[in-house]
Amino acid sequence: MTTTLRSRAASKTGVDWFLTFLRVALSTLVIVGLAAFIGQQIDPDNFFARTVNEDATRLSWEALKDLVISGLSQGSMYGLIALGYSMVYGVLGFINFAHGEVFMVGAMTGMITSTKLAEGGLWESNFILAILIAVVVSVLCSTATAVIMERIAYRPLRGAPRLIPLITSIGVSFFIQNTSAVLLGPGAKNYPRLPDWLRDDVPVLGIEGKKVVVLVVAAISMGALWYLVERTKTGKAMRAVAEDKEIASLMGIDVDRTIVTTFAVGGAMAGVAGILWGILFGSVTEFTGFLPGIKAFSAAVVGGIGNLGGAMAGGLTLGSSESLAPQLVLEPLGVTGHTQLKDAVAFLVLIFVLLVKPTGLFGERLSSEDRA
Amino acid sequence: MSESLVSPPRSAFDQDWRKVVRFGLILAAALLFVSLTDMPDKLDRKIVIEQYLSMGYLVLLWLPLALGGLVTREVVLEGMASHAKGAREVVAGAAVGLIGGLGLSGLIWLLDTRDLSDPLVNWNDDLLEILTFGQSVGTGALYWVLISVSLGAMGGLAQVVPAAVRRSVMASIVAVILVAALEAALDDISEGFRLEWLFDLMFAKRGGLTVAGVVIVIVVAVGYSLIGRIKTAEVKERYDALKGAERQKANTGLLLLTAAAVVILPMFLGKLTNELLANVGLFLLLALGLNIVVGLAGILDLGYVAFFAVGGYTTAILTSPSSPAFSPELPWIVAVIIVVFMACIAGLFIGAPVIRMRGDYLAIVTLGFGEIIRLTVRSDWASGLTGGAQGITSIPGAQIFGLTEVRGINPQAVFYLVAFFCAIAIYMSWRLERSRLGRAWMAVREDESVAEAMGVNTVNVKLMAFVVGAILAAFSGAIFAAKVGSVFETSFKVLVSIVILVVVIVGGMGRIAGVIAGAVVLIGVLGGPNQPGLLAEFSEFKLLIYGALLVWMMLKRPEGLVPNARRSRELHQDEFLQDAWLKGEIDDDDGSTVEGEVAPA
Repeated sequence: MTTTLRSRAASKTGVDWFLTFLRVALSTLVIVGLAAFIGQQIDPDNFFARTVNEDATRLSWEALKDLVISGLSQGSMYGLIALGYSMVYGVLGFINFAHGEVFMVGAMTGMITSTKLAEGGLWESNFILAILIAVVVSVLCSTATAVIMERIAYRPLRGAPRLIPLITSIGVSFFIQNTSAVLLGPGAKNYPRLPDWLRDDVPVLGIEGKKVVVLVVAAISMGALWYLVERTKTGKAMRAVAEDKEIASLMGIDVDRTIVTTFAVGGAMAGVAGILWGILFGSVTEFTGFLPGIKAFSAAVVGGIGNLGGAMAGGLTLGSSESLAPQLVLEPLGVTGHTQLKDAVAFLVLIFVLLVKPTGLFGERLSSEDRA
Repeated sequence: MSESLVSPPRSAFDQDWRKVVRFGLILAAALLFVSLTDMPDKLDRKIVIEQYLSMGYLVLLWLPLALGGLVTREVVLEGMASHAKGAREVVAGAAVGLIGGLGLSGLIWLLDTRDLSDPLVNWNDDLLEILTFGQSVGTGALYWVLISVSLGAMGGLAQVVPAAVRRSVMASIVAVILVAALEAALDDISEGFRLEWLFDLMFAKRGGLTVAGVVIVIVVAVGYSLIGRIKTAEVKERYDALKGAERQKANTGLLLLTAAAVVILPMFLGKLTNELLANVGLFLLLALGLNIVVGLAGILDLGYVAFFAVGGYTTAILTSPSSPAFSPELPWIVAVIIVVFMACIAGLFIGAPVIRMRGDYLAIVTLGFGEIIRLTVRSDWASGLTGGAQGITSIPGAQIFGLTEVRGINPQAVFYLVAFFCAIAIYMSWRLERSRLGRAWMAVREDESVAEAMGVNTVNVKLMAFVVGAILAAFSGAIFAAKVGSVFETSFKVLVSIVILVVVIVGGMGRIAGVIAGAVVLIGVLGGPNQPGLLAEFSEFKLLIYGALLVWMMLKRPEGLVPNARRSRELHQDEFLQDAWLKGEIDDDDGSTVEGEVAPA
């Protein structure tokens, strides 16, 4: 509301000019970088590419494909986590900072279960059954974490000023992280070795098997969630509560229960993402949840918060841009050590989207009171 | 509360069983959690009372006492009847203790029979031995049930006994724990004041209070709670009654007294305590800055450490002879002037893009900015300027007008320098709070749209908050660089921002005294993100405690330990209105005329 008032105001302040400058500068950088990339792909010795970066080299198409695939598989994980942020933001209007830790709990319990199963021999003899058990356990654990978190830390704060639950969730996140470090010991813990068919390339596609699995599982989970939210009574209740809590309760919807369901569903998605993380990277630490969590929130914002399809699309966008941008934009610009800036790129995407289109790429869906 | 509002006591076994069971289960869960974190084993080295009690047991023992008391505590609403206390409270406390004790016994049994050490790293015989007091499993379990039941009953009993007794006992317990916890600092202080004889009397050679020490502490604590409290209250009343010039005179006196204490005290303290004070000062400076941003203007900046980094790195580049890109080797004082300039630019640069965002988006984006700065500083791309992961080393100390050189080996000088900047920061915060700008900040905090409608230029005002906060953080960074002598990106992680936020929130957002209290208690006792505190034994658990503390404060006391009156009224508006309504200060339920809200002039 305030933004429309402001855009009608005639005079631009210094801040507005600065923002315009930032938008233009960032866009120019991206465009020049991309142009230089295209230039160096056509001919590394062409004048333009050389001017921008003296050491311009051509990137093989094989390497580019790998980047795209790892970006998408990583992005689909962000998307799954982002669903939890998006749903909770839609229903309660606050950022559940600790949602990244729910994902970490999923990855951690997945590690514990699969190690135990590997000791018992089931992991080698019947991998599919073993991984299914691990998925069930970690989904249960992360769902429980999300539900307990809601009950203890967030329910008493219903109706408090917006920043209060956010600060609480920072505390919860901190607590879970350090609980894991103290109870399970700090440092990286490894998943057991995956069977060969997951480590090798899939024949026709030429993509690593585990990345295919990640993409397929993410797509299936997303489909299931879409069915739950759009086609079932529970989903209808969730949408109603997101729209207006008071009226929903007048219509006979148990608001508290619906909120718990929302947390549980978000937690389950994070649990699935946790197992996928384990399959993809093979190890987990107590800090595993932190950066992916923030990036997933960025994905939710990029896709338009409250918008579930948007969250998934935002995840894919963010994942592929953080995997591609260092090679496609930074490297042609002559930035050395560009892969070290991968995480910084993810945050820059968030800032860029918020500067250019604060409601996200696909539009946000929030209740009237949260649309401040 | 008048006598007529007290209803007669209920029979001892007339309990709200669900609540008792719930609290019992919470107690059991808490006992199991604390045991499995290995706190009892790791903190067993820290002795509280010689031969009798160690910190390791204390972290378990306080739980049944607290929960046994809490289970029967009731919130008495204005105009409602409260129940007369009696045997009921004791029985409830004991029942809670019983469930908790049984839970812990179950753990002891499991520790003895199962081996879960694969995921749970602390599942070992050391823990079992601590938990069973070195006895057999059955005896240990029985002891714990008995201890837990009696402590729970004592907690319940605390609700029943007269207030004076309760206060004395509480004061004694807290004082004994506090004095034992501060042992290292007291050792240091007693040397400075030539009080070694007292220290030797009170503390055993191998650590922990002696029985004589406990007696002394209890006598002092009981004396204070019976007599001193009333005297303090009287003094406070007299102070509150002062008006105009006289009050100002009293204030000046207090201020001079505090200043004198800050100047003179460190001279009597040893290196250890001065080092602690210097760390507290550095974080206090940061917290005072964040207090302006979060406490006054209501902007949740999670990337506050970025400004600390700007201060640290600017100083390092300008003063160190080994800074990679260019090393003008300026004196520290000159560098600080440039630091202020850089902090302004950083504040504007980070502030401007985020200023129009929703509060919660702003929090995440500032966090992102903090990380972007840290990642960039670390990368090879910027290593030409910042040294990358190798950082910048051999930063000289700060020459203060040729008087002294402030650096890490001389913590006392660091403390004086930090205290000087803290004094500036406190004065600035205090003046700003009462200025037009400060009122604009508070207006923005309470309702941005209304503030804008009232003619506050919200964008400029919020940018100002960013800049002022950035300058204070950058000062802290500049001193930090001179103190440590080197800067690495690892000193500027998100963790630091969050620890500062905890300090501000636990202390009391928007209140200077609160922030000081928060910094002293948290950084001084528990320690900063990379700095050890007084309780070095806790360093492994301090982040866990910070997290728990943050959640607990937000749930139970969002206004902090030392609250700001206006801020707490904002947070508890509903309760204020309800109380006022029950007292009959509001005529109709619109809440249109609230006399209680108008502060007497």
